[in-house]
Amino acid sequence: MGLLIKSKKNIHEKVKGMKIIVCVKHVPDTAANIKVVGDNGFDESVKFVMNPYDEYAVEEAVRTVQQNGGEVVAVSVGKQNAVNTVRSALAVGADRGILVKTDAQFLDSATTALALKAVIEQDGMPDLIFTGKQSVDSEGMQTHYRLAAKMGLPVATDVVAFSMTNGNVVVECEMGGGDREVIEMSRPCVIAATKGLNEPRYPKLPDILKAKKKPLVEMNLDDLGLGTLPESAAVTSLTQVKERGAATMMTGTVKEMVEDLVNRLENDAKVL
Amino acid sequence: MSNIGVLIEMDGQEIKASNYGVLTAACSGGNAVALVFTENGEAIKNDLERFGAGKIVTMSATNPVQKAKLMAAVVKEFNLRALLGLSSARGRDLLARCACILDAPLALDAIQIDLADGMVVKSHFSGKTTAIIQLSGDTLHVGLRPNVIEAVEKPVSAELIPFTAETGDSDGLKILEVKKGGTGTIDLTEAEIIITGGRPMDSAENFKILHACAKVLPGAVGASRAAVDAGFAPHSMQVGQTGKTVSPKLYIGCGLSGSVQHFAGMKTSRVIVGINTDKDAPIFGKCDYGIVGDLFEVVPALTEVLNKNR
Repeated sequence: MGLLIKSKKNIHEKVKGMKIIVCVKHVPDTAANIKVVGDNGFDESVKFVMNPYDEYAVEEAVRTVQQNGGEVVAVSVGKQNAVNTVRSALAVGADRGILVKTDAQFLDSATTALALKAVIEQDGMPDLIFTGKQSVDSEGMQTHYRLAAKMGLPVATDVVAFSMTNGNVVVECEMGGGDREVIEMSRPCVIAATKGLNEPRYPKLPDILKAKKKPLVEMNLDDLGLGTLPESAAVTSLTQVKERGAATMMTGTVKEMVEDLVNRLENDAKVL
Repeated sequence: MSNIGVLIEMDGQEIKASNYGVLTAACSGGNAVALVFTENGEAIKNDLERFGAGKIVTMSATNPVQKAKLMAAVVKEFNLRALLGLSSARGRDLLARCACILDAPLALDAIQIDLADGMVVKSHFSGKTTAIIQLSGDTLHVGLRPNVIEAVEKPVSAELIPFTAETGDSDGLKILEVKKGGTGTIDLTEAEIIITGGRPMDSAENFKILHACAKVLPGAVGASRAAVDAGFAPHSMQVGQTGKTVSPKLYIGCGLSGSVQHFAGMKTSRVIVGINTDKDAPIFGKCDYGIVGDLFEVVPALTEVLNKNR
């Protein structure tokens, strides 16, 4: 394994331009219905995809390298099947991939961050690190912060616009209520993307075939020598959120239905 | 009893109302210590005292990195067992930065909290499931989804404590400006009532009927992914799996089919109303009240009835 990583390092040294790391997660498709199994597991036979927010991260990384030259390295920490998400990143323009294999779908965010830091440092410091602003499965919303803190880098989240000026990064972040904060960061830095940053491309068949030939290194979490791993937040139980039953339907003319509805909202449900 | 910190979020010169539920959560586990970034602590003292803040620590900073460093210093100075806040955009950012400085456990978008056992219930799989998370470590950092905990008054008399600490530089991060959204409407995630439009809205212009209704409710306006992707509304208004997760007391969906992804973002609403021309739309199978009708007739009629009742 050590030898393999070393050879990748040599490839990197030949690359001119920017080096961008993009962190991607393999998650259940958003359309999938989640069935809880046991206390804290779920039926993993559903379709898995690249975490939707990570698609914006990959797209921005690929566009940035297309403009400035360099390479995009897609990194994932996940089960063996997460290799498919790394390949998806390669199919839309990432140059090579790294998968850190674990046994669990839910890893402590601090552990994931330590694993990412270790592989990123082994691979050689990048100019930029892109991630999604959160995963749609565990919704921890913190791996990018943990990664930035452990690497001593600035971080911005919910990024909807990205540019570079005078060697620095300028991003716009969604702050709620339609407000946006414009933030300047020194490089390298961690940029957590959200929807609106760009329009991710769809892979074309020839690109999918080409992606199969792009370099992809796999390693085990245990081989990174991270020592005793933190477990600061553990999922002890999962519960399906129940759908409510069929609606009480209003009847009559539009006016009658609306009056009946307002009456029920005021007097029965007491929400008006 | 241990000290529980609450990061108070301001809206201009006023405290956002959704903070009071967070104070109530803090009071359930110990002595509430309010952390506020403000130049004028006196102005907000009465409001915070009413909801149980025995100590009000005021700080001054504008850069999020320096804010987080001050918060971390307060955690140490006042020996806080936990630091709570709103899981809003600002709250999430500052809680995460502070948790990383202290290497402390963090759970965001929590919908229940048990401070004694260090457990939170939070959304998982974008609202399709909830997870019980066991936090372990020194200072639990928890962001609560706005409006999930009802505020209960607990009058105390508070000590006002201006706080400063050496924060060094901002570690390579600088705020250049804040661009105002200019909508002047209530933030979606904090709204108590939301009215949302789907693909049948047919244009950005047509959203004005929802805004008119939202004004009398009063509430905020949301949009489905289909409406956002069609360019009728900005992403900041999107509710659902790749948009905002909301938990209002009343959610009115206009022209929504009722997709799994949309429901993931709003199914914890207390009451859900569906309006759709198709009587077989899936939304009617999983909401509280339904109206089969054209939203362009139903919504203005609703606005009119509400106006009359006010």
